[in-house]
Amino acid sequence: MTAEAIKTPEGPPSSITERTVAGRQARTRGLLLAPAMLVIGVFGILPLFIALTYSFLEGGTYGGVEWVFSTEAYVQLLFERDIFEETLTFNTAYLEIFWRSFLLAAFSTLACLLIGFPAAYFMATRPAKSRDFWVFLITIPFWTNLLIRTFSIQLILRDEGVINIVLTELGLLAQPLQLIYTDFAVGLGLIYSFLPFMVLPIYAALERLDFRLVEAGFDLYATRAQVLRRIVVPLAKPGIVAGSILVFIPGLGAWITPELLGGGKELMIGNMIALQFGSSRNWPFGSAAALVLMAMVLVALVIYVRNVGKSGADHG
Amino acid sequence: MKKFPGVLAAVAALLAGGQAMAAGELHIYNWGNYTSPELKEKFEKAYDVKVTIDGYDSNETMLAKVKAGATGYDIVVPGDYMIQIMVGEGLLAETNPSAMENYKHVDDRWKDVYWDPGRKYSVPWQWGTTSFAVNTAVYDGDINTLAILFDPPDALKGRINMLNDINDVINAGLRYLGYPRCNKNKDQLKELSQLLLNAKQHWRTMAYETIEKLTSGDVDVSQNWNGASMRARKQVPTLKYAYPREGFTGWMDNVAVLKDAPNLENAKLFMNFIMVPENAALISNFARYANGVVGSEKFMDPEMIESPEIVMPANAPAPEFVPPCDKEVVDLYNKIWTNLKK
Repeated sequence: MTAEAIKTPEGPPSSITERTVAGRQARTRGLLLAPAMLVIGVFGILPLFIALTYSFLEGGTYGGVEWVFSTEAYVQLLFERDIFEETLTFNTAYLEIFWRSFLLAAFSTLACLLIGFPAAYFMATRPAKSRDFWVFLITIPFWTNLLIRTFSIQLILRDEGVINIVLTELGLLAQPLQLIYTDFAVGLGLIYSFLPFMVLPIYAALERLDFRLVEAGFDLYATRAQVLRRIVVPLAKPGIVAGSILVFIPGLGAWITPELLGGGKELMIGNMIALQFGSSRNWPFGSAAALVLMAMVLVALVIYVRNVGKSGADHG
Repeated sequence: MKKFPGVLAAVAALLAGGQAMAAGELHIYNWGNYTSPELKEKFEKAYDVKVTIDGYDSNETMLAKVKAGATGYDIVVPGDYMIQIMVGEGLLAETNPSAMENYKHVDDRWKDVYWDPGRKYSVPWQWGTTSFAVNTAVYDGDINTLAILFDPPDALKGRINMLNDINDVINAGLRYLGYPRCNKNKDQLKELSQLLLNAKQHWRTMAYETIEKLTSGDVDVSQNWNGASMRARKQVPTLKYAYPREGFTGWMDNVAVLKDAPNLENAKLFMNFIMVPENAALISNFARYANGVVGSEKFMDPEMIESPEIVMPANAPAPEFVPPCDKEVVDLYNKIWTNLKK
């Protein structure tokens, strides 16, 4: 409806009434959008410009910025004025931190997809009446704060936690298993906290899927794998894309879970940036790192959406 | 939003033209879980002032917020070096506590401190030390050495928590190597960097939740503050607080008033109030650290006064109060830290 309203007919409107109607619609649209635009402008775009400005300034001695133009913050991301040799050398420290966060996000996206897709398919194929119940079950974890849930995972995994105590009492273990403060614990925590964000969009896509298409596939002697690959997955693609984005982006910035379950011995992008505004007292560098992170997300998204869009069209 | 009632109250107080003793408000910005509720109540009753308390988790968080301006807070409780920084940045009001009635109770030791010579801006809140605690049931050898953290005996390898704090980790490393604090010497820093990278394999975690880590059996050693060690020992009696001969950090948190404090007079009343021995004892009984007020011992929990975390052995070195380092040092430390945690 609105899309049609946006398209102005060729030539001027034929009558005055039509023009006033169009004008009123435009005004309504503007008014309806205004609150959202205001929020985005004041709390989204403005801070972005502040960060952009700060990233090109020099840092103050005790935090803050000095109004002197400098590109040092960006140079610092890739190079270091070697603290021991005084030369400008390529420095991989920050790249390694970015890379670790990227791997973590990619891994949790993949794992959530592998676990979430079957779950969503199961939900979507239940009788219409009971589907709401399954959706309700998926949302239950949101009732508790993420931090509290992560602490609970700590209680379960630690050396004197639930798993180790039970296994030791049963006589299956002599020494406690090292579960917590490992990559395993971090992965588990991330998958657990992000899974609903993958399940719900895929479920929404699958719920609308016309299962007669699946039957038609079988009638045409497609194998189960072919039906899944050529019919179900392409139709669920919008949900898969949405779910992957919803998991990947927060995964990139995740740091509470890695900090609590990983032991805090390694920096993630998120706490590396936070550190710059705290005891490192380097606001320009923090701003630059945050902007580079945003740019990377943007590029990744554009590439991803483009590619998926193209391959989706093949099946159309 | 929060600052409006404060402004209104200040305006009302001005219009009334009355003394600052009048009913009003006081907004305190202190470390989280650090302000005795009893103390707050007592002050509220004594001066008919409504006190609100907000919490922060590091000096730097507090500084960033205060620098952004218009916080509506009257009182902050910065650590020693942060007082010096904030005075330098012109963020604190010169309240002259040394001229206040109860200043006479302050221990001489805390009167002429490097961060506020002659006490023009701040009064003592609590002070303590940062060292480490060891579970002596796991290791019963000599614990009064930083080798426990940087070259641990086999029993403690992989069982160590370090504070997730640049300065606490680097200062401990510098002491172990016998090099000075706020160090710019590149050769010494290179050695330090190597020391930390080697020691890291023996550390299990780097976190602030020291009590929880020690009492849950996650680790058997943790870099720790003395008050936190006392609280952990209550649950695990074999925990012992170490006084390493290479040295350890001392710190003091101080009550100071912000320059743009809406309730300046009430804030001054609060400063004067906490220097009364009985009130200072309330602070200590809650957070378990020593205060800087003579005579407060009489009102403190007896077990606290005698605890080995508060009473230092005669042969222990004096705690070292580390001043803030300049920008160049901070940048060097930051590089070492990033390299350590990449």
